[in-house]
Amino acid sequence: MGDNLIDDLFIFMLACFIGFEVIRHVSPLLHTPLMSLTNALDAIAVVGAIVLVGEKKSTFATILGTIAIVAATSNVVGGFFITDRMLKMFKSSRPSK
Amino acid sequence: MNQFAGSQYVIEVIYLIASALFIFSLKWMSSPATARHGIWAGEIGMVLAIAGTLLHHGIVDWKWIVVGLVLGSGIGIPLGMVQMTAVPQRTALSHAFGALCVTLVGTAEFYLRTPNVPKFMMSVLSMEVILGGLTFTGSLMAAGKLQEILPQRPITYKGQNLVNFLLFAIAVGSAIYLVLHPEARQFFPLIVGVSLIFGVLLIIPIGGADMPTVISLLNGYAGLSAAAMGFVLQNKLLIIAGALDGSSGLILSVIMSKAMNRSFTNVLFGAFGQVQVAAAGGQEAKPVHSATAEEAAAILSAANKVVIVPGYGMAVAQAQHKVRELYDILSKKGVDVRFAIHPVAGRMPGHMNVLLAEADIPYDRLIEMDEINGDFPQTDVALVIGANDVTNPAARTDTTSPIFGMPILDVDKAHTVMVIKRSMSPGFAGIDNPLYYLPNTLMLFGDAKQFVGAIVRELSGGH
Repeated sequence: MGDNLIDDLFIFMLACFIGFEVIRHVSPLLHTPLMSLTNALDAIAVVGAIVLVGEKKSTFATILGTIAIVAATSNVVGGFFITDRMLKMFKSSRPSK
Repeated sequence: MNQFAGSQYVIEVIYLIASALFIFSLKWMSSPATARHGIWAGEIGMVLAIAGTLLHHGIVDWKWIVVGLVLGSGIGIPLGMVQMTAVPQRTALSHAFGALCVTLVGTAEFYLRTPNVPKFMMSVLSMEVILGGLTFTGSLMAAGKLQEILPQRPITYKGQNLVNFLLFAIAVGSAIYLVLHPEARQFFPLIVGVSLIFGVLLIIPIGGADMPTVISLLNGYAGLSAAAMGFVLQNKLLIIAGALDGSSGLILSVIMSKAMNRSFTNVLFGAFGQVQVAAAGGQEAKPVHSATAEEAAAILSAANKVVIVPGYGMAVAQAQHKVRELYDILSKKGVDVRFAIHPVAGRMPGHMNVLLAEADIPYDRLIEMDEINGDFPQTDVALVIGANDVTNPAARTDTTSPIFGMPILDVDKAHTVMVIKRSMSPGFAGIDNPLYYLPNTLMLFGDAKQFVGAIVRELSGGH
């Protein structure tokens, strides 16, 4: 348990650094789609809910977990969908001229 | 964790690949040219991760998983199809859903695991539900304000900050007690309940103009709560995704508060609306110059360089398609038309860019504030459509102005400024704008969509 914790903290720290570096280079033009994309990626929390529901440890856990799956899945589907719709709209004038 | 079945290794490898895909996904967002690859990478990573999770050896019941996935997809599709003008509230709502998922899973894990929870685990579990809870209700409030179900004005009362501080202290205090005494389960509902109330109270004093910062901040909280959930479940993919989302939200909030020359704490505890009522009260009627659509069209067609400054008012009036017609007709006449985008124009980061892109305006015509500000002295006409505070020269000169120091678009330096506005009433923050009384400013009174439409008619009929 203790080693896992330290490993996890290392992973968290490194991921934060990668996040800061990568996001810093995102053009302000795309800040809205960026937010809907990170939202969709964040909905990966659905995997925690899936395991919780699948293990069927208590009725209480199953009810909460199912609602959690619904909420997260709607973010996955809606988030990728709307990000794609937004990005399709961004066109440059250069190729046409 | 102790019964490492073979499938567990497969799952871990799949999570590793998914993590890499998520990082690529964000990396490709750096440019519009590669951004759509980013979505594919994200989607593949997501599908892999969900499919991999279903291999988990502990899963014995599939029924409710399938129900949840199907229902969630059913809700997600309409949420992905909303109008572009509704994107800010949709985003706030999805932060709420993400936080709801995290809070519910955290709550279930608490009751499954207690009282045998190590101290560190209990700390992250508490952090997960506190952040998740306040983000859930806070985002719902933000979505309500943006959808105009709730009043957009800041709602303030005496001692507000003290009440908020006390609530937060109760949540954190109970969490600390629970860490030290994991058997005191009765404290857990208190933590969740107080966090939910705290979320509501945190957002009600925040006005519409601060929404870009607040949405970004809630985005960051949602990410951090998911990362905390990753610690609880010892799921590395979740830690990474949460850290990426959290850092993204925090960076955006820093950019947004810089663009308003305000600190985080100021946005959260400042309740912007209060001060300006007094400032605006002293204003007497001063002379302004107004013009008709015909006159505006004549000035625009005589110009060489035009900069259009869109703001939230353009979104409200749904004027972006008319603006595109104006852009087309002026470009055809050989006028150089560009758009000046203030970082906090609109109700979320990048809001104006998405609306103008929806109207098919090429993105290389959308210029950021720092890049375009130097060009205003050489600009013939600056046309302000539905923007107010981001063009207010008082921010540069008037040390008593509540927005003093906020970086603005220097439209007042253009040869002619035209402002489309419904009436002379002050903007959202209630601050009077001296721009309107300048000798080179023409006020075009009317609805943004109709007025731009009238200018377009004049331009197309007039040659």
